Amino acid sequence: MKIVLVGQPNCGKSTIFNHVAGYKAITSNFPGKTVKFSSSKMTFQGMTSEIVDLPGTYSLTSFDLAELEARKYLLREEADVVVNVIDASLLGRGLELTLQLLELNLPTVICLNMIDEAEAKGIIIDTEKLSHLLGVPVVTAIAHKGWGLNKLFETTFKMAQKPVKSDFQHFSKDVENAIKGLTGYIEKNAYAKELNVTHRFLATKLLENDQHFIDEIKETDASFIEVVQDYQQQLEKCRERSSDEVISSERHHLSMQLYESVVKLSKPKKEFRDYLDSVLMHPVFGYISLIGILYLFFNFVFYVGAILEEPLLDFFYQFLPYAEQVLGADTLLYHIVNGVVQGLAGGIAIVLPFLFPFLLGLAFLEDTGYLPRVAYLMDSFLHRIGLHGKAIIPLILGYGCTVPAVMATRILESERDRFITSVLTTMIPCAARITIVFGLVAFYLGPKAAIFVFVFNIVVVAIAGLILSKIMPEITPGMILEIPAYHMPSIKILLSKVWLRMKEFIVIAWPLLIIGSVVLSLLKHWHLEELINKLISPVTLLLGLPVAVGVTLIFGVLRKELSMVMLVQALGVTDISTVMNSTQIMTFTVFVLFYVPCVATIAVLIKEIGSKRTIFTIIFTFLIAIVLATITRIVY
Amino acid sequence: MIISLTDVKSGSSVKVVRIRGGLSVRQRLSCLGIHPGDTILLQKCGFMRGPVLVNIHGNQVALGRGIAAKILVEVEA
Repeated sequence: MKIVLVGQPNCGKSTIFNHVAGYKAITSNFPGKTVKFSSSKMTFQGMTSEIVDLPGTYSLTSFDLAELEARKYLLREEADVVVNVIDASLLGRGLELTLQLLELNLPTVICLNMIDEAEAKGIIIDTEKLSHLLGVPVVTAIAHKGWGLNKLFETTFKMAQKPVKSDFQHFSKDVENAIKGLTGYIEKNAYAKELNVTHRFLATKLLENDQHFIDEIKETDASFIEVVQDYQQQLEKCRERSSDEVISSERHHLSMQLYESVVKLSKPKKEFRDYLDSVLMHPVFGYISLIGILYLFFNFVFYVGAILEEPLLDFFYQFLPYAEQVLGADTLLYHIVNGVVQGLAGGIAIVLPFLFPFLLGLAFLEDTGYLPRVAYLMDSFLHRIGLHGKAIIPLILGYGCTVPAVMATRILESERDRFITSVLTTMIPCAARITIVFGLVAFYLGPKAAIFVFVFNIVVVAIAGLILSKIMPEITPGMILEIPAYHMPSIKILLSKVWLRMKEFIVIAWPLLIIGSVVLSLLKHWHLEELINKLISPVTLLLGLPVAVGVTLIFGVLRKELSMVMLVQALGVTDISTVMNSTQIMTFTVFVLFYVPCVATIAVLIKEIGSKRTIFTIIFTFLIAIVLATITRIVY
Repeated sequence: MIISLTDVKSGSSVKVVRIRGGLSVRQRLSCLGIHPGDTILLQKCGFMRGPVLVNIHGNQVALGRGIAAKILVEVEA
């Protein structure tokens, strides 16, 4: 059996999903973070089922890629029960999707999530009446506290055993007539069956001028499209507006009517958070707060990391002289042991101390709901580089990991915006590269130099954006973004999220770090690394770096942390400042920040923007890295 | 008086009359609950050609300058 969670963006689907599946889907407080569906097995009171978390979708008329994915899934897969999650504080709007879901005529349960938020806003909902009017069960819940979810799944499983379908729909007479007329045509043909939808749903979508369905039918039967256009024109003539507007305002009207009949409004409670935006979104204080928040974040990561890095490094390196004594300096075994210790030290002592506080801070910012505010503040700035405010969300996520950041570009409407933003996210230092900045620049050259690197990076990204939008001049469609209410993140969810992201690092990066270190040790043992270094020497010589650095740049393409962690090993010292001066450290960092995305990023880029554009991205970033690192060598 | 949303002073309540622009803009706005006939409260007007912040049915939505210019509204007395 299959339960599918459907709802508008940011209504809490993933939170419900995680509650029964374990923390598997990243949740945050901004619309559109789930871009592909995830599914999991769940058991409830001895019964098992598959549960699917779909990307948020405002309506079943889809435009962005994540919404399209949700709709395709819903139409393609046989869901036994659809759980329509609604943010209760936005009931009026949520019902518009509900009405469309009911047109699909699938067994449906409605979950009014965040019922506490609704009450705080003064919205009191008569759930029984709503259930009666829609003809489907309605359950209230507060998903992030786990409240009401037992009841929800109880109702869901009951629904699966004894499905109740409802087709509540009553539009105005003229619209109903058009739908009925068109349904008559559809019934005579096999379209609805081929497309796996109900007759009524297809008729409504065709009247709404839904591009996907129109194209689908146009191929086989152009004459039918003429019939559709006839009906569209009838509506347009009668209402003096386009047929899609007629349908959408009918639906809007119907949901508002429903809303008004089940909701009692009382005075909203004034809360502290209602005043937050007058500072955080203020035309002057908003930007000051943004800088302040980022500065605090930076210091938090730096000081937590710095406290832990040194003692941990000392702990690991104390083994090396001992191993050398026992095994002998140039034996194969010593090289392998050395590699393992270096790899472990790199992963635990250099990367982890910075990674953990960084991910914690990022999770906090995501869950409070601050990121959409940043999008608001940055909109006019991003317009100058040819994008719009929403593009800031993938860019900020890029500081965590480039792979999900590239996928997050799906929240952007135009293909060009997605492409430009994808290229720019690869240039934002991900957590791995941030640990390089902290571990090398902040550690050896001081925190001010590290701040300089981050600011410099932003300037370069902005200029790169400017160049790309000059190459692809096209007007960005403009920002339409919901600004959700602030939430106090729950510590448990924050830690689960940090753990989910760290796990990826531990499971994939650590083995690679250790294997990489051992491979480097072996290369050294057989003197093969000199050959590789020679091959890369044009780059290292140009940048004035020690030739031994060359091999680490190759490893860095696998995982960005590798280039720093293996630097220690490649140079054969524990204190890098003894063999590299501050100019060299800076040049190396600048180069590593920008050059060639890592393997995982390249894979996701090919999927999202195509292989040609991925090759462009690789060349583009490499050129930027070479030019900037050369300049750094001369200037710094 | 019918004006574009970008010309509305912050703090005023306006009624949407018409949405200029194509199918995609109309649909994206209707998804967020903005249709002709709805009442919008303008919370913050744009700063330095920045986006406007509106409250629609109790929900905050940020609209880029270009989008806001396409929304024609009537100022309520």
